[in-house]
Amino acid sequence: MPVAAQPGRPAVALPAAAALALARAGFARWATYRQAALAGMFTNTVFGVIKLSVLLAIIKQTGGTVAGYDRDQLSTYVWMSQALIAVVAVFGSSDLAQRVRTGDIAVDLARPLDLQLSWLATDLGRAAYAVFARGVLPMVLGGALFGFSFPTDPAAVALLAPAVLLAVVVSFACRFLVNLAAFWVVEIRGPLTIYVLTTNLLCGLIIPVQLFPTWLKVLAYATPFPWLLQAPCDLATGQSRGWAAAGTVAAQLAWSLALLALGRLVLARATRKLVVQGG
Amino acid sequence: MIVDVEHLRRDYVVRRRAGRFARTRHVVTAVDDVSFSIAPGECLGYIGANGAGKSTTIKMLMGILLPTAGRVRICGLEPVAQRTVLARRVGAVFGQRSQLWWDLPLADSFRLLGAIHRLPEALWRSRLRECADQLELDELFPTPVRELSLGQRMRGEVAAALLHSPELLVLDEPTIGLDLLSKERLRGFLARERTERGTTILLTTHDLTDIERLSDRILVIDHGRLAFDGTLPALVSRVGAERVLVVDLVEPAAPLADVPGTVLRTVEAGGLRQHLAFRPEQTTAAAVVAAVAGRVQLRDLAITEPDIEDVVRRLYLSGG
Amino acid sequence: MVETSSRASPAAPSVARAYGAVIRSRVAAQTAYRGSFAFEVVGQFAIGLVDFSEIYVVFHQVRAFGGFRFAEVALMFGLATCAFTLGDIAVGHVERLPDYVRSGQFDAMLLRPLPALGQLVTSDFSLRRLGRFAFALVVLAASVSRAHIHWTPARVGLLAVTPVAGAVIFCAIFVATATVSFWLVEGTEFANAFTYGGNYLSSMPFTIFDRAVRSFFTFVVPAAFVGYLPALALLGRDDPLGLPSWLSWSGPLVALLAAAVAGLVWRTGLRHYVGAGS
Repeated sequence: MPVAAQPGRPAVALPAAAALALARAGFARWATYRQAALAGMFTNTVFGVIKLSVLLAIIKQTGGTVAGYDRDQLSTYVWMSQALIAVVAVFGSSDLAQRVRTGDIAVDLARPLDLQLSWLATDLGRAAYAVFARGVLPMVLGGALFGFSFPTDPAAVALLAPAVLLAVVVSFACRFLVNLAAFWVVEIRGPLTIYVLTTNLLCGLIIPVQLFPTWLKVLAYATPFPWLLQAPCDLATGQSRGWAAAGTVAAQLAWSLALLALGRLVLARATRKLVVQGG
Repeated sequence: MIVDVEHLRRDYVVRRRAGRFARTRHVVTAVDDVSFSIAPGECLGYIGANGAGKSTTIKMLMGILLPTAGRVRICGLEPVAQRTVLARRVGAVFGQRSQLWWDLPLADSFRLLGAIHRLPEALWRSRLRECADQLELDELFPTPVRELSLGQRMRGEVAAALLHSPELLVLDEPTIGLDLLSKERLRGFLARERTERGTTILLTTHDLTDIERLSDRILVIDHGRLAFDGTLPALVSRVGAERVLVVDLVEPAAPLADVPGTVLRTVEAGGLRQHLAFRPEQTTAAAVVAAVAGRVQLRDLAITEPDIEDVVRRLYLSGG
Repeated sequence: MVETSSRASPAAPSVARAYGAVIRSRVAAQTAYRGSFAFEVVGQFAIGLVDFSEIYVVFHQVRAFGGFRFAEVALMFGLATCAFTLGDIAVGHVERLPDYVRSGQFDAMLLRPLPALGQLVTSDFSLRRLGRFAFALVVLAASVSRAHIHWTPARVGLLAVTPVAGAVIFCAIFVATATVSFWLVEGTEFANAFTYGGNYLSSMPFTIFDRAVRSFFTFVVPAAFVGYLPALALLGRDDPLGLPSWLSWSGPLVALLAAAVAGLVWRTGLRHYVGAGS
């Protein structure tokens, strides 16, 4: 398969206009699935009710708080995390792997744009749509019905939006790496399943990481996963404020850069393999 | 009658977006007051432009779509109410919808269909042998369906539709996308199936050659209404459709302007290639060829048939 | 299927054999690549583990959850997950109905002489999910031995019947909610609230839920009859919320009822599909 990309070629930058256009395309592509967004919101709300019931049953036993969360903070945690499920794509994605399998990736590599950054731009567009279509309603509805605690700390308030954005970037960088596996194995369902399982457990989707036994908490923070969901939720619930909030976002940024860099490294090897072996 | 259709109508409700939230509701009549019947052993060609109502009619005949009004009987059965009973007496090939299991070897699909149709082992075996011999399937048996070429898969689809020896075979665009050789093979097989077993065939197509080779009668549907019911020559003469003889000459010649029964359409390559149009009801292709050959030395010739869309359009213009 | 065809002769194989042949071919197709199949089975086992970790974390924080001890909640989890995985293996793929409709595969099923639902159900069997079933069995076995159950013949019978009855209940939920996609083409996620949501909720003690949630998932979507209520009967406890104790024993009956309702919903959906066109 002829590919324009050469091993070790200098990375092509992504102009801002192109990034915006790609993000818009990502937004528009998902905006056609309105019914699905509505159905997804309904399902997220049902799961939120079950999750919250579990957490409230815990604080009933422990005298009103658990691991520093009170009732309203738990509710905030649950609805914030349910709202973010689609935004940070907790259940993974495999479109890149699909393009690798079909060989369409050669087309992408031949474009005069940076592959990783263009996919990131598209993914940010997708996430922006998910905030509106799948995030807002469960949060408003759940908060109204079950209580909500607004963050009062100015740093936390100011950093909430950047934290969500960086959560999407960390998630993207992880999924990009998993998808690159498609260059070496035919079927990525295996790696994807493992990724989704580990993330779901360690990002705080099933239960907040702060409630974990120490050994599991340590294990979780050795991975990038808590920065997907736990981190923005920490800001929203007021668990992390002031300098701690800044530290949270700094850690997200560090993980983003490290994982993106790793992704570039692996991509370079993958392209070399593609060029040398002809796919 | 194998197929009996009386005053068949089908409406669809279509909602279109009008503005941000509003939706308007339209009723579109896809098939309107269509009546026809097919006798045992007949082969009927069912033609019309895209969206004219062909597929809607066929879905109603097969029992997967309920008519809005009218009456359908296939082999004396009511399709929707008696769908699974009917399915044992009818075979269907839809160009776009496969009856085969894409991830299994072709042979396995036939084994499964045998089981699904509950064919006794001996009957299944002999029938499969017949189909496999005539459609040359043996070499394809071990190949997974997803790896077959379109032509190969279509042969498989036809065998799958005929495995239970149906009384009626319904083919929706069976030759679409096939190369010339595959088309010809398939037509040959269908013609034999009809003469040897008396299978009734209903066929929709965009290819007039399918009709010429297989059908004795055609129905034309246009905008949901039956526009014509008769033979192909009758249709062609009614709309005045022309056939065109294209001749390639050994040496350039003067324009062949006065061959009886023809009109000279175009002259190319300084007289080396000439197009002569004629109407089938006025003269025959053989007479035209003979007349031309009497004047100039022919190297090659071809006859182009009227395009189906064109015939239908003319039929519509001539007042249906 | 009630049918007498002119062609059905005594030598003709039965409907059961027709389905049997389809199922065998599906199983063969999945297990063809042994390596990746084994990998997926292990992955499914791990899914069970991750699900269970929630209960583990909960009991790291508290000693009683909704009024029940660890072994007792594990019993509910074991019963519910056994039932769900069995139901999922049998009919879980019906949630792909919208894909089948879009690709025309569903029409192809309608052209064959077997009922459409039967063909849809037998079109796939996700055997890899046996991995998750295996995990559920381990949890069930461990919890049964530690929950201090006072064994009577009736309880032994109930323990044997409950996973199967629960599986039938989940099959009914899968079929009834998948039918929704005849009306809403993108409705798959809506169904998830009742199928996967039902699984999640049925592995918890119902005492932790709000009254409205409890009633809905007992009397409308009968998820309570899968884990919580039979666990009460096995433990010999009355419902702390006052449901009569005979209800705890009626899972099998509810399963039959649910199956009948799902069948009716399916028939209505199919009639709509044939009536509306696609």
